Amino acid sequence: MPYTPELNELIKNVEKTRPARVERKRKGEEFPAMSLQERKDILKFHPDFKEEGRSEIKVGPNTGYRIANEMVSLIHAKSRLDPDAVDLNKVDFETDVLVVGGGGAGASAALLARENGAKVLIATKLRLGDANTVMAEGGIQAATKYKKDSPYYHYLDAMGGGHFKNDPDLVKTLVLEAPKVMAWLEKQGTMFSKFDDGLLKAMHGGGTSRKRMHYAGDITGAEIMRTLRDEVKNHPEDIDVLEFTTAVELLLDENGACTGAVLYNLETEEYFIVRAKATILATGGSGRLHIQDFMTTNHYGATGDGLILGYRAGVPLKFLHTVQYHPTGAVFPEQAEGLLITEKFRGAGAHVLNVDGEQFVFEREPRDVESSAIIRECLERGKGVPTPTGKMGVWLDSPMIDILQGEGTVRKEFPGKWILFKRYGIDITKEPMLIYPTLHYQNGGLEIKPNSETRVPGLYAAGEVSGGIHGENRLMGNSLLDVVVFGRIAGCAAADYIKTGAEAGKPTLDHVRAYHKALEEAGISVDNRVAPMILPDYSNPEVRKKQLTTAYHGTLR
Amino acid sequence: MSKTESKPKKAVSRVKKKDEGLVPIFVMGKRYDVPDTLTIQKALEYAGYQLVRGCGCRGGICGACGTVYRFPDSYRVEVGLACQTVVKPDMYIAQIPFFPGNKAVYDIENLDPTGATVAALYPEIFKCVGCGTCTRSCPMDIDVLNYVSKAIQGDIAAVAEGSFDCVMCGLCAARCPAEEVQYNFAILARRLYARHLAPKAVHLVQAVANVENGKYDQALEELKKLSTEDLAKIYKSLEHEPDMADEAWTPKEKIQIYED
Repeated sequence: MPYTPELNELIKNVEKTRPARVERKRKGEEFPAMSLQERKDILKFHPDFKEEGRSEIKVGPNTGYRIANEMVSLIHAKSRLDPDAVDLNKVDFETDVLVVGGGGAGASAALLARENGAKVLIATKLRLGDANTVMAEGGIQAATKYKKDSPYYHYLDAMGGGHFKNDPDLVKTLVLEAPKVMAWLEKQGTMFSKFDDGLLKAMHGGGTSRKRMHYAGDITGAEIMRTLRDEVKNHPEDIDVLEFTTAVELLLDENGACTGAVLYNLETEEYFIVRAKATILATGGSGRLHIQDFMTTNHYGATGDGLILGYRAGVPLKFLHTVQYHPTGAVFPEQAEGLLITEKFRGAGAHVLNVDGEQFVFEREPRDVESSAIIRECLERGKGVPTPTGKMGVWLDSPMIDILQGEGTVRKEFPGKWILFKRYGIDITKEPMLIYPTLHYQNGGLEIKPNSETRVPGLYAAGEVSGGIHGENRLMGNSLLDVVVFGRIAGCAAADYIKTGAEAGKPTLDHVRAYHKALEEAGISVDNRVAPMILPDYSNPEVRKKQLTTAYHGTLR
Repeated sequence: MSKTESKPKKAVSRVKKKDEGLVPIFVMGKRYDVPDTLTIQKALEYAGYQLVRGCGCRGGICGACGTVYRFPDSYRVEVGLACQTVVKPDMYIAQIPFFPGNKAVYDIENLDPTGATVAALYPEIFKCVGCGTCTRSCPMDIDVLNYVSKAIQGDIAAVAEGSFDCVMCGLCAARCPAEEVQYNFAILARRLYARHLAPKAVHLVQAVANVENGKYDQALEELKKLSTEDLAKIYKSLEHEPDMADEAWTPKEKIQIYED
């Protein structure tokens, strides 16, 4: 729906201040960026710092660690399986490398494992390529520009964005692999936006000192994903794909090495046993847990499954106490709520404005700082813009971009968002967008080493499911990079591990039994809570109340 | 369900539900009353479905939720992505979350970026009858027929540009009387274009060479050893490339940047 008369009235405030703001931008006069101390102070408005939103983990390697209630609730849940009901001798699939997850990390891992001689099985809960990767709009960071940038600057930016808490070895790997990843993607035929001489176009993202965000229109992630998916499908002899089938538990042998997984077919509800010489968790993030009831930009399948599988197998969690809220999610119209409005709009010059049309924060602060400033403006200072559904938002002044960079820039650089808002009757080249922070990224996850291995032999993790690369806050463009860098590394490392001839022992679910016992001993009442979640349930609660079948009686459930 | 049962009583239903903001939709012929602000996807959930197929990014880019619908007083089949299309009264809805489409298997590295390659891998492109149903079926407003004709003419670059916004939902292929799989030869064309025809990023080759020669290993090792305070000091003093700077911009401080 187009803007209501009330909102149109408020847009006039934005239009009033726009000419002067554009003029300042042209002269290079920016709203002052915060000092490190100011950044620290404003973070108390960040949802991560809300104590009642967190609770303590009572079992497993991170006992005592406080993270979001929604995550703890899954960690404190039983397996979907009764370990005693599974016959592990009946093996349904055998493979060299099992990749759990079919997003950017999973596809990259599969391709590199194959290139290094392994047969691969990908199990993914939705379709191959249905992942947060397709939704990454803004771009992919890599230091590629001559005479201005290098991995040295990329390293500093990533560390600064993560509050210097990042695992330095992982960051070093990330920034050194970045140019190679760009070259690999270009070779796969990824259509990056380029100048006529082949120079990759690049923009700023929040917290970058050099313009190093490379992009493919405003559908960078989708372009990377569809290219990698196409390439995975070019190797049917080496890579099998099981869609709508996901791992619900890992299998460990008597020495604690990973020997495969139990898969679940979402459609027939069967469980399958997979024996794999190496397993890669590439299950992505967890936005669909709706931490503190925040709306999310994430994919339908982002339910943190790999965290649960890895944790039960003994892999510690790192940096999960921080969750990234993207500063600019749509809050209007209602149908678009939670939808990501790429940071590239701010990279291209759009200001962030309060109800009076005034700037209150530099538009390219790191994401946690930017989000906190928006939350403060709305909740503390009462300068938010009220939406018809009773929410609050602030303006993102997209019309500035055409004024600054020439008419047609928005349509050319943001075709996806332009057409989306046009469908709702909003012309973002003329009208600003109403935005509010939205749950975007799981900064932390399973502990890995620079070669993507976990503490469990034969088990690797890559992409959003892992933790440490981004410290306490990820910069824009470092996640698309992360999934391809560590996906590729995991694929290579898994193939190498197999070559060492590590003989997998007898698969067991003993770790699940032990985990169940630990839950019991910790006095946690699990009721009927099971994890992993696999998919959220958005079906109408009123309808659910009438779903009275107790389960599996008679011929129909 | 018999025809009489499923026939929407338009006037009646609208009046009856107007106050509640509910409108009737027909999911595979079965009536549900849903709020008129919802997308088809959210309306299905409101009706009580828990989606497994036909739901992905919920943001209009993954192509999992291709949907066709019809209104009783119109002969037209309309299309949309369920996560992007707002319900209208008396919509008859069917999702097409999957439609079989053949995909050629190839080695992109060793293909000629020509029309002959596309024609050899997807010979059915020449069966196009030019009816334009594909264009009318595209939820992304792509002029599909135009890129199909460019493919027939062998203009790889035009197919690549013309199909760039494709989300590969498959609605074009589902409705094509010539049984083409437009989205699959479109991605072939995009990959051919980006791999073989688009100008190469020469600076990438230089960057990779620099990194592979280990040029930054030492500097990064030193950064790794710094205390948080010292690292923060360097970080805060970093020179920032101005927003409006063009490609020719270089920093004043020329340490640790890519050089010859």
